[in-house]
Amino acid sequence: MSTETAAATAKKESLFSKKNRRLLSDPLDDSNPITVQVLGICSALAITVQLQQAVIMSLSVLFVMIGGNVIVSLLRNMIPDRIRIIVQLVIVASLVIIVDQVLKAFQPDISEKLSVFVGLIITNCIIMGRLEAFALANKPGPSFLDAIGNAMGYAWILLAVSVVREVFGSGAISLPGMGQIKFLPSSWFMSEGGFYENNNLMILPPMALITVGIIIWIQRSRNQALFEEN
Amino acid sequence: MAIDKNSTGYTFLFSIAMVVVVGTALAFTALSLKDRQDANAADKKMIDILGAIGVDADRSNASDIFAEYVVERIAIDLEGKQVSSTKSPVNPKDKTDPFSIDVKKDYRSSVKSAAKAADGDDAALMAALADEGLTFPLFQCVTDDDQNLFVIPIVGSGLWGPIWGYIALEDDMTTIFGAKFDHKTETPGLGAEIRESFFTEKFKGKKLDVEGAALFSVLKGGAATDEYSVDGITGGTITSKGVDEMMNRTLKVYLRYFQSETRAQR
Repeated sequence: MSTETAAATAKKESLFSKKNRRLLSDPLDDSNPITVQVLGICSALAITVQLQQAVIMSLSVLFVMIGGNVIVSLLRNMIPDRIRIIVQLVIVASLVIIVDQVLKAFQPDISEKLSVFVGLIITNCIIMGRLEAFALANKPGPSFLDAIGNAMGYAWILLAVSVVREVFGSGAISLPGMGQIKFLPSSWFMSEGGFYENNNLMILPPMALITVGIIIWIQRSRNQALFEEN
Repeated sequence: MAIDKNSTGYTFLFSIAMVVVVGTALAFTALSLKDRQDANAADKKMIDILGAIGVDADRSNASDIFAEYVVERIAIDLEGKQVSSTKSPVNPKDKTDPFSIDVKKDYRSSVKSAAKAADGDDAALMAALADEGLTFPLFQCVTDDDQNLFVIPIVGSGLWGPIWGYIALEDDMTTIFGAKFDHKTETPGLGAEIRESFFTEKFKGKKLDVEGAALFSVLKGGAATDEYSVDGITGGTITSKGVDEMMNRTLKVYLRYFQSETRAQR
């Protein structure tokens, strides 16, 4: 009786053991997919003009990441080695198509703004990287945590960049289903005879790169683990 | 006996099973969401058509406002003869409704290659498309101050992909009341600017040169414009040319209709 409980707790603990917790926390900082591994940069630069797009994109990646990692992990002993990359690609592609279809049906305006970048989740190196490096060799539980960790690591950068860009570029914040909330009265804008002008540079893609660069800079100056020798 | 998961037979079986499962899942998703997606696409189309006559609408009220302003939907053929017309409420599922004519699909499947071969020669284009059985939708609208407007959808090619738009003509069939353009993949900051209001505003009040060689011209940046032309987008030359081409090609079809007797009798 007692051994059974112990085994049950041991099993339960193992999912949230220190090692497994690191699966969740590491990608947020020490091995962040965007700022440290510099993967998935393409979409991070392209769709961070507005917060609402970044939110939807992050949720899409979260879904595909979890789905892909768990499915590949479940099938890891069945997938023939020679076609494993193709199998991973098919799984990821199917999940992405499902996400794309759902967005078209329920969030048509945001789907239009995200345009090709939903489809490009298929080629997002973060996802293929985690499937190949982690899910193929680990059980579904840890793979699930690893997926959440990496997707959140991707998401927080996206959200941070888009908040900076939208606040300084459009003077507003937007959330899915709520539209854009403007901070400043429209009479303050130069076009209405005021004194304020939006910084158009923030809207343009180069500013996303610069913002990501600044995040990397701050992160590297604070995180001991990322200090490089010499 | 354990199955050798690296044997050729197993690899084939695995692939086949995977394709069947994935195919079923995707087909199911696509089918169950299709109605919603079609409704969204129809709303978007209504918003765009209303945008060309300067009426703002959003997804929640698009079909109501559309019904209020668009009084008649007409389908014409390549020679400008009226094929059908309806005043009933829009039913996006009704394939015979002029609203359902998919001009983008027609452009992709036949008009694009024919237009390229004809290179602006309208007679050659007509001959090439004579057997295609194409129909063209026309939306007759009435504004708040009782002005008759005609909205014409146009489709063409930009630099990287398709561009499209809606032109609203006034009752004289030659004055442009408004225009709205959009694109799929034009270069941001250059060709993509065709969707911005600074560009579409230029079309307002311009005229179609019914007698001239070209109905309307989008000129290369900086050239002097007259009442039959607008200034194109600097750095977006090929996209501007695409706007020029799709306007001339499509409006000629509608001009035949406007000049025909069916129209004059109405």
